[in-house]
Amino acid sequence: MSGRERAREEIVRILGEHRDQIAAAWIEAQESRLASAGAVNADELREEVDTIIAGLYEGLAATMPLDRVVTGFAPLRNAVTDFSHRWARLGVSATAIAGAIFALKDACVRVLADGIPDPELRLEATELVHRLLDGAGLLTFQTYVDSREEIIQRQNRQLLEISTPVVRLWHRVLAVPLIGTLDSARAQIVMESLLQAIQDNEAAVAIIDITGVPTVDTAVAQHLMQTVAATRLMGADCILSGIRPQIAQMIARLGIDLSEIITRSSLADALTAAIRMVGDTPAQDARDESTLLNVS
Amino acid sequence: MSDRKLVKNGQVCSLPIRAEDDLLTARHAVRAAALQAGFGLVGQTKLITAASELVRNCYVHGGGGDLVIEHLSPPPRAGLRLTISDDGPGITDPAKALVDGFSTGPGLGHGLGGAKRLVHEFHLETEPGKGTTVVITRWAG
Amino acid sequence: MNSSEIPILRLGKVLLAGLSNELDDKTALRFADELSHQVSAIGAEAVVLDITKLEIIDSFAARILVEIATMARLLGARVVLAGMRYPVAITLVELGLDLPGVETALSVEHAMDKLAPPGGSRVG
Repeated sequence: MSGRERAREEIVRILGEHRDQIAAAWIEAQESRLASAGAVNADELREEVDTIIAGLYEGLAATMPLDRVVTGFAPLRNAVTDFSHRWARLGVSATAIAGAIFALKDACVRVLADGIPDPELRLEATELVHRLLDGAGLLTFQTYVDSREEIIQRQNRQLLEISTPVVRLWHRVLAVPLIGTLDSARAQIVMESLLQAIQDNEAAVAIIDITGVPTVDTAVAQHLMQTVAATRLMGADCILSGIRPQIAQMIARLGIDLSEIITRSSLADALTAAIRMVGDTPAQDARDESTLLNVS
Repeated sequence: MSDRKLVKNGQVCSLPIRAEDDLLTARHAVRAAALQAGFGLVGQTKLITAASELVRNCYVHGGGGDLVIEHLSPPPRAGLRLTISDDGPGITDPAKALVDGFSTGPGLGHGLGGAKRLVHEFHLETEPGKGTTVVITRWAG
Repeated sequence: MNSSEIPILRLGKVLLAGLSNELDDKTALRFADELSHQVSAIGAEAVVLDITKLEIIDSFAARILVEIATMARLLGARVVLAGMRYPVAITLVELGLDLPGVETALSVEHAMDKLAPPGGSRVG
């Protein structure tokens, strides 16, 4: 049996016999480190560290190559990623979370020093524990970065959705007042939410108001054209309102054909036109909202 | 593609395209996979439409072949990769075939080029006499 | 799959048919044939196609729809596509297939309103 295998067995033995002692030493060191997250619940901390130590113990006892114990042994991997997720949510920094895992090294090594009399074996076991827990620390870091990435993407999507509200202005008339720079991704979302709203409301006219949009590039102009075309396919009409002079110039210069698009200079003019358009098709609308329709 | 690993439980599904009915079966399979991968309504529709174009090409021009559906999951995104292959006559001028309006069979000639626009990644491999393989990928969300 | 025929309903001078999502190529072609016969047989003034159930329209289906519209126009009838779902509309536009010359409506009901003569006989 090689020195390393003997060291691994020793660690398993010591983790088994002294897990309470290791956990207690570690918790004591942690309470100040994780304090930035508010009151640290010692019971929860204890449960987490117990799960990690149990994962280490079982992973080492299994016949798995040492390098794969942290990432390949599911109970240990999950314990470490759960730990990282929970503290990240509570606002603890990535460094502090990784540091907490690294601190488990000290707790283990101290117990190993008392438990293994043979100095060579003790050195081997110490190195082994360091390698294992360095891997676990890196894993918390990776988990932290991944979950941040996920949060950023989700917020990005939410921001896009918030910034493109589709409102009902009149019976069967919808509008999206766009404010700020339109990029391709946002134009895509505008298109989808507007068309979905047309379907859900059986709207006859959709107004896209770009008064608040400072500039439009070719890709965005293309998206606007596509929105108009898709609206027509669904059986509704689209009005583009609030085109600023600069944008009108640019559209003209880009040679984009807007001949089939109904345009109005302001949202108010567009609404007037839309009400007239809805009024032109009385029929069943008259039944539920006849008073509104009489206005036109 | 090496940086994108398959889902651990390796969900791969292969369908033969031999008869006209297989076109509908293929659509159903792609829809089911897209739902499972968490695609939105629009993404789902785009992917099924692209698959429909390519599967029809495979049946009509390639004399039949196979559709392989794979679940991709490079975190934090999910996606689907479809591979449509046949041992047919191949495409003589692939660049031309990707231009809208070019068609040697039914449809408006928007098949290949259209399918390309509906997905995030598009890869065409063909040689006269050696069949055609198209690999498309679309990410959910 | 059983390629059942698509029923074509006759309402005066208007023909109405609902397309199923399980439409295969052969059935679609047969349907286009059958429809042109009926348009000419009854001298239909309009055809309303309910496509609410279609979850996708690829270039083949789009070609058939455009053909139906062209054929009907040659026979003196209008064609109204009713109830296209929004993801289908987005996809078609991205494919560059915006079905020129085909009339559209939000639903069959709206299509019928569209066809009714302005200020006509409809009683609310």
